Amino acid sequence: MATKLKDTDVVIVGLGAAGGVAALPLAQAGIDVIGLEAGTWLTRKDFAPDELRNNVRGWPQGIQKANQEIPTSRATASSPTVPRGSIHPMQNAVGGTSLHYWAQSWRLNPWDFKVVSETRRRYGPSRIPNGSTVEDWPFGLDELEPYYDKIEYEVGVSGQAGNINGKIDPRGNRFEGPRKRAYPMPPLRGTEFLDKMTMAARSLGWNPFPGPAAINSRSYQNRSACMYHGFCNRGGCHVDAKNSTAVTTIPRAQATGHLKVVPRAHVTTIEVDGNGQVTGVNYLTDGVEYFQPAKVVLVASFTYENVRLLLLSKSKAFPKGLANNHGQVGRHYFSHHQGAGVSALFPFNLNAWYGLPAQGVAVDNWADDNFDHGGLDFIGGGNLWVYSDRRPIGAAGMNTFGRAPNWGSAWKTFIKENADRSNNSYIQKSTLPYEDNYLDLDPEVKDPLGYPVCRVTAEYKENERKIAAFTQDKMEQWYREAGAIAIQRAPLGGAMGISTHAYGGTRMGDNVETNVVNRWGFAHEAPNLGVLGASVMGTSGAHNPTLTAQALAWRTAEHLVKNWKNIKRT
Amino acid sequence: MTFISRRDLLKAAAIVPFARGFQSGARPPVENLTATEMELLDAIVARLIPTDANGPGATEALAAHYIDHALGTALASSRPAYAAGLAALDRYARSSRGAPFTQLSATDQDSVLIDVETGAASGFTGSAAAFFAMVLSHTHQGTFGDPYYGGNANFVGWDLIAYPGVRTMVTATDQKSLESKALKPNHKSAYEYDFIKDNERGRGPASLGKRDHHGD
Repeated sequence: MATKLKDTDVVIVGLGAAGGVAALPLAQAGIDVIGLEAGTWLTRKDFAPDELRNNVRGWPQGIQKANQEIPTSRATASSPTVPRGSIHPMQNAVGGTSLHYWAQSWRLNPWDFKVVSETRRRYGPSRIPNGSTVEDWPFGLDELEPYYDKIEYEVGVSGQAGNINGKIDPRGNRFEGPRKRAYPMPPLRGTEFLDKMTMAARSLGWNPFPGPAAINSRSYQNRSACMYHGFCNRGGCHVDAKNSTAVTTIPRAQATGHLKVVPRAHVTTIEVDGNGQVTGVNYLTDGVEYFQPAKVVLVASFTYENVRLLLLSKSKAFPKGLANNHGQVGRHYFSHHQGAGVSALFPFNLNAWYGLPAQGVAVDNWADDNFDHGGLDFIGGGNLWVYSDRRPIGAAGMNTFGRAPNWGSAWKTFIKENADRSNNSYIQKSTLPYEDNYLDLDPEVKDPLGYPVCRVTAEYKENERKIAAFTQDKMEQWYREAGAIAIQRAPLGGAMGISTHAYGGTRMGDNVETNVVNRWGFAHEAPNLGVLGASVMGTSGAHNPTLTAQALAWRTAEHLVKNWKNIKRT
Repeated sequence: MTFISRRDLLKAAAIVPFARGFQSGARPPVENLTATEMELLDAIVARLIPTDANGPGATEALAAHYIDHALGTALASSRPAYAAGLAALDRYARSSRGAPFTQLSATDQDSVLIDVETGAASGFTGSAAAFFAMVLSHTHQGTFGDPYYGGNANFVGWDLIAYPGVRTMVTATDQKSLESKALKPNHKSAYEYDFIKDNERGRGPASLGKRDHHGD
């Protein structure tokens, strides 16, 4: 029998990138928040620059609830389920994956909010890919702009603005939507190689610019500037220069006295009363069961766990899972098409041993709808990103570009010369939801507590594969212009598998028949249940999701503050 | 080039804990594999990253020792795969080349390994190619990983690929030095930095586990 705890105003399930942000405006308004986090506090002393532990073994020192419940995956409903990996791409800890993510902090483009209407307007109705369930967002970029701005300043983002109130600055992204003001910090520094890539893009007539990062390019809010030590990829920051919620919004929320952080709290289900109102959550700590009552529950774990938690929370009011009476929980799922990269070999050292993946040069000329698709047979596009990231074990496993075997003396000669001469681009592509890509509960695989894990049934379709082929051509052109002597392209993409950029499953929209949450992030069917994270996003655009998930989280929390009496459990 | 300064001697002494206390030339005791398995694994890694004109390889890095130690800790779940795979590889060497792997010429050893890598070798319970890929990836870890874990002894792996070393701060000036080939390699384990060592003694999740010896 679970121990019933004292009632609170709001419970947030998961104190990561999104939940850690939402806690702040609530606590500042005097609303009492309990943050239930499966992981523990990690601090700068836990962040050894250790490739073997962080990148290869996946943080064995942390509490990894996620590693016990890795989703299964298959390409289609009729294809076999593939074996699961042993490490979940996301992390449990106070601050969540914002501790060890790349920290690229992009706004979406205006087009990303209006894919359906803009595609129809510009190219006609036939251009929406067959089988896609994409909808326009219930609002445009202008609605989200103040919240992007809020996060950029509250959390701290470095970057170069490209469009301030309609005035284009060629040093930044000329394709971005208008912003009210510049970033609070200048962009991260360049390197000789990044400068070379910038020059090459310019000579092609493109518009290169440094990307935005939630990493301090100078000291900010009394925290250090970045030390560029090279262990940022899947590594926490030893000087707190990476602006995870664990060093930004969460401590500020705690300082108000209205946020209580409960680490090592493994949430299992959400409880619902006879009227279909959410009453609180059940969780386990060291095997002991607790019930935490709350007037509002905000689910803020990663996309797979958000969907799974709703599907596992069955009740009389919601026999198919919480907020799922319309069968939309798990639908409109997609993961960002980030694969299909291009690698290049150069005849000179790139000096990429230090620095970080958020330190790089971007080209957005071929992203989203930034170019005319009139003569093309796809919609959307990709962001081309060249960055600084290399560590020794990873370097030893480099592509040999068909010039050497993978071991032995000939390999050793190759690696001695070329370990620092390759570069892997990162190309994020606009990805759409489709009717047969979805999440549900696996009928066989369970976690150690006996609860089914999430199952991914999803594959990239023709539109995504065409974007991949198109952007690979552009990327090769860019590398060749900068002097690359060999190029390798990854396959165009098939099964989605599991991803760090997982969208949908609890999509946001006005239509109750096709969306789980309303335009404010609260469930259509259970109004005192909010959902935070990229699981509410209906499109991905060509850029990383975190800043958008954080802007939406702040907006949902602010809406709750303003409408507390209407939303809270009656 | 053979001159060894007092400073270098002190530095060499300082890294002893990270080579797990073994004098140059001495082989560390075997911890998890059998003596026969260890001899075979040593012979395999010596072909994967050979000692040759390009300098020391997996043998000098103590890559097999890294794997042997890790099979009792982080790689414990791979212990049965090593038992089965090593036995199968040696059986295949005997049946196809007429002698145990360790007694074959380097050329024959390489041809056996190519058969295992491509999956052409018979007699493996699982996939021969998967066994090869596992051993190669663990050999990379033991040659290019932080010396804290018992491999990359004397930083031979990092020196091979000219990795300039773990640092906690890389200034714009350091980056420029690297770009002008003037940055000296930093022979230091991550766990020699004070902010990490503090953790060993003190607080935080990393100190909750056993820390009797290095490299778990």
